[in-house]
Parts: sequence; structure tokens; C-alpha cells
Amino acid sequence: MSVRPAATHINLAVSAQPTRKGSVRITDVVKVYGAAGAGVLAVDHCTFDVPPGEITVVVGPSGCGKTTLLNAIAGFHSISSGSIHLDDELLCGPQKLKARPGPDRIVVFQNGALFPWKTNIENVTFGPIMQGLLSRAEAYEKARDMMADAGLRGIEHNYPGEISSGVRRRVEIVRALMNGPKILLLDEPYRALDSLTKSVMHEALLEIFYKSRVTIFFITHDLEEAIFLGHRVVIMTTRPCRPKKILDIDIPHPRDYSVLTAKRFREFMDETAAAVHEEAIKAFAAGEKER
Amino acid sequence: MTEASPARVLNSDLPLSPADDAAHSIGPLALAAHRFLLWLRSPRPYLMLVGFTLFIGFWYLAVEVWKLPRFSEMPGPTVVVREWFSRNPTYGLSIFTPEYYMHIWVSTRRVAIAFFLATAIGVPLGLFLGWSERFKQYIFPVFELLRPIPPLAWVPLAIVMFKGSETPIIFLTFLASFYATALNTMLGVESIDVSYTRAASCLGATRWQVFLHVIVPGSMPFIFTGLQISVGVAWFSLVAGEMVSGQYGLGYVINTSYTMVRYPTIVIGMITLGIVGYATSAIVRLVGAYLMQWRTRELALGGDR
Repeated sequence: MSVRPAATHINLAVSAQPTRKGSVRITDVVKVYGAAGAGVLAVDHCTFDVPPGEITVVVGPSGCGKTTLLNAIAGFHSISSGSIHLDDELLCGPQKLKARPGPDRIVVFQNGALFPWKTNIENVTFGPIMQGLLSRAEAYEKARDMMADAGLRGIEHNYPGEISSGVRRRVEIVRALMNGPKILLLDEPYRALDSLTKSVMHEALLEIFYKSRVTIFFITHDLEEAIFLGHRVVIMTTRPCRPKKILDIDIPHPRDYSVLTAKRFREFMDETAAAVHEEAIKAFAAGEKER
Repeated sequence: MTEASPARVLNSDLPLSPADDAAHSIGPLALAAHRFLLWLRSPRPYLMLVGFTLFIGFWYLAVEVWKLPRFSEMPGPTVVVREWFSRNPTYGLSIFTPEYYMHIWVSTRRVAIAFFLATAIGVPLGLFLGWSERFKQYIFPVFELLRPIPPLAWVPLAIVMFKGSETPIIFLTFLASFYATALNTMLGVESIDVSYTRAASCLGATRWQVFLHVIVPGSMPFIFTGLQISVGVAWFSLVAGEMVSGQYGLGYVINTSYTMVRYPTIVIGMITLGIVGYATSAIVRLVGAYLMQWRTRELALGGDR
């Protein structure tokens, strides 16, 4: 058996950056939809940090404007004022209100966005091949390694439509990690899943996180999910969205599902449930539609 | 954390070792055969036969047995079938006369050329209409104004614009096909979930790469719906064109048989149009299924989305 050159042996752990990168600084961000003055205020002077190499979870009622924030970081939408930095590099600010989407910040979408017309491995290799970073053969080898590492062996040549939605989410995360992103932006990725699948997905996400140590920005309206996954939980007010409470969850990692019954977890739930519930009632009263 | 990976738990029916890869990729032929067997085992073919029997039975009874008032001049099924399969047809057209195939060939050729042109122009136009808002603002109003004009209304201009009898007919056949293809392609592009284009730009794809890898394959289902409609309307307007000018073709057969009171031949022409039209649209469907295996497999094997 020939000895593989070290450079081609890539798995989730090796592809992670040795120095932790991927901190995001959100400073005084405002987003108004529609004409200035007459528009709807979606994000209101929002300031907080996403620490590098950690999971930051943003919790808020549906339609509160947290996805707007994610879209601004990703570069899908402009902001109205304020600034967002990624590792001291300006993504968007007063001179440039819209960031440019790029492989350093990859979004995992609410309803999943694996291309159904490409096989799983074609999906996973899409980024490096489009950017011309790897040849097809190199990309396929790296993809096979990473998929195997994430427990996704044997489905490489299936289409996304042939695998379960839970497995699709994992493929989508591996597709993102293939590009060595500084940060993963997860937009309620497990919202459409049943609670049993969800619990499996949470552990799988943590497993991937422990191997890659990529910064994760996670949006949800599920408080339990937030405290279970997050190093830091940012509770948002209902529209306009602004941090209401920021908690550092000191439950040690690695975590697994036994955490859910731990005393410390319950304390965090008790501490935050009232705040979240209050915002949910406000959102309901404001007649916000599910979105 | 347990050893069993979630992939295994959630997909116990999927082979998980790489060695099974080859066995697991189902070929389009095997899939077609499997579907045909399923079809034979379902009640559908037998219900279909009952449907045909009822239709032809009513035709037979109405025309040949009861001789209903307005039906008396109509050719009955036995007359038509006898003429169609006669070595020596009374009105000169049956499956044993070379003219029959000549007419089929001429019509099919016209449809094929028109359909090819309509696809070659309609698909790119539709893609750009859906992709570029600016382009759409220029072109779409003109397109929408021209689209409701029936091909028949184009007959005089077609004859003035094009030489001979062949090109005007192809032009008329092309028109309706082209609208159907272009419009459906445009709708196909517009139907693509914005998440897909966003995901592609996150992954570093350029605008042109997004077009090739997301817009084109993503609108494929709509394009093929458009192409199926397009073949159908091609036959439609072909017959209209052939009734106006030309010396061959199934539309021509129907029209001249009418003026020469060869009623059974009219019906032969009509049935032949039905069969050939069905065959061409089946071919388009098969090509579509082949190009969109991701979709066929998804529908056949059942994703849980």
C-alpha cells in the first residue's frame, strides 16, 4: 500500500483552521424595508459579537427580523446603517451597504438548498470546482473523505431526493465545510423536521462542530435547541429586532442529550423562558404572520 | 455519542457501503421496464381498453346500427377500418398505399423542423427572459402582444413573407410551438427557489456559472412541460397550415377528402394524426425523463420532502 501524501488526506478535523477565525462583529445595524420614513423597521440598532470557533444561537419569534440579519451577513440583503465585520474585515458598512456573498460565509437554508438535479457528491464538490480551487478528481477524493467522516458513506451517487431530509441537511453542511468557511450561517435548518429527527440532527451538528471547530451562527425560534447547542444565546425582541438578553451558556462541551435533563440546563431555561415568551406574546399581538 | 450514524438510522433501506454504489444507480431502462410491469399489474390498462371499447362501440351503434339523424352521413368504424387496411382502397389511401406514408412523412418532417426551430430559439429566449429583468422589460410586452394572434391569422402574411408552399407551413407550425416553449421556459426560470441561486453564490459561483448550473437544470421540468405542449400545438397549427396550402401532408389529406367527399379517408387522416401526434409527444416525454433522472428517481423512489 502506498503512503498517501499528507496534503491529500483531508478530513473534517484537518481542514479546520489551526487559529480560530470567523468572529463576526455586528455594530449598530439598522434595516428598514421599503422607502425611508415610510418603511418597516426590521432590525433596530442591533449590536453583538459572534465569537470565533463557537456556536452563537439567535432566538426570536418567527418573523422578528433575525433572518434579515443573517441575510445581511451572507450578502443577500443590504443594511440601512451600521456595519458588520468578519475578522476585522468590513463586510458591509456606511460606504458599502451590501456585502458580497462568498465562500467564507456559507448559508445552510431553512428548507435546504442542495441542488436536486445534482448527485450528493456533485453537490458537495460544487464550491471548490466552481471556484477552480481543486480539480474534479481532487474534489471528489476530498468529498468522499469528508462525507465518510460525517457518516455519509454510500449515498455519494444518489440524488438529494432519494435520501431523507435529515441526511440532506448533513450533506448540505458538508458541502459548506468543503470550502473551509470562516463561519456557517444556519437559518432554522431543522425547523421542518420532526422532533425525533431533530434530536439526532443536533447531536450530528455538534459532532461536526467538534471536528471542524468552525464558527456557527444559528437562527431558531426554539429556545431548548438554542441552549442545547449554543455557547452564546442571543434572545431577540420581536420586530424591530434587537438583542434583549445575551447569555453565555457555561454548560461544558462536548454536550449530548443528557444535558437536557441537567440542572444547569433547566436553570437557563427558567431564566430565559419568560423573556422569550414575552416577546412571543408581543409578536402575536402585533399580528405577525408565520414566516 | 453512539456509533450508529444517523445516516444509517434514517436510511436503513439505502446501501451504505461504497461497493454498492454501482448496483444502486438504477438505469433509465431498468426503471422504464419496472414501471411497465407495474402498469400491467395495475387496473389501468384494462380500464383503458374499456374506455376505447365504449367509445368505438358508441360510434358503431350510433352510425351503423341506430343510424341516428345527424350521424347518417358519417363513416362508421367498420367502413373506416376496412378502407384503412384494404389492399385496394376505394378512395385510394390505406396502409398499403405508398401515398399514405408519404403524407405521414411530409407532415412529420414539417413538425420536426418547426419543433426543432421553436426549441432552439424558444428555450434560450425563455431562459434570458426569466433570468434578466431588463431583457424581459424589453421583449416581453412585444411577446405578449404577438402571442394571442392565432397561427391562422398569420396565413396571408406567411404566404407573402415566405417563398413556395413549404416554408409558410413550417413558419405557421413553428409559431405556436415557439410561444409555448418560450413562455414555459421563462416560467421555469422564475419558479426556481431563490435559495438555490443564493446557495450557488455562497459557494463562489459566478453569475454565468449560476446560469449554467442552477438556472438551466432548475428550469428543466418546466421546459419539458413546455415542449410537450409545443409538440401538441405544432400538430394543431400544422393541420391548419396544410389545409390552406401544400400538396402533401395529413391536413391536406383531410381537406381534399372533404372536398372530394371521401369521408372514410378523412377519418383515416384524423386517426393517423392522433397516433403520430401521441408518438411524438411520448418521445419528448421520454427524452425529458432521460435528461431529468434526478426527478424520475425522486418520483419513483419517493423522497420524503
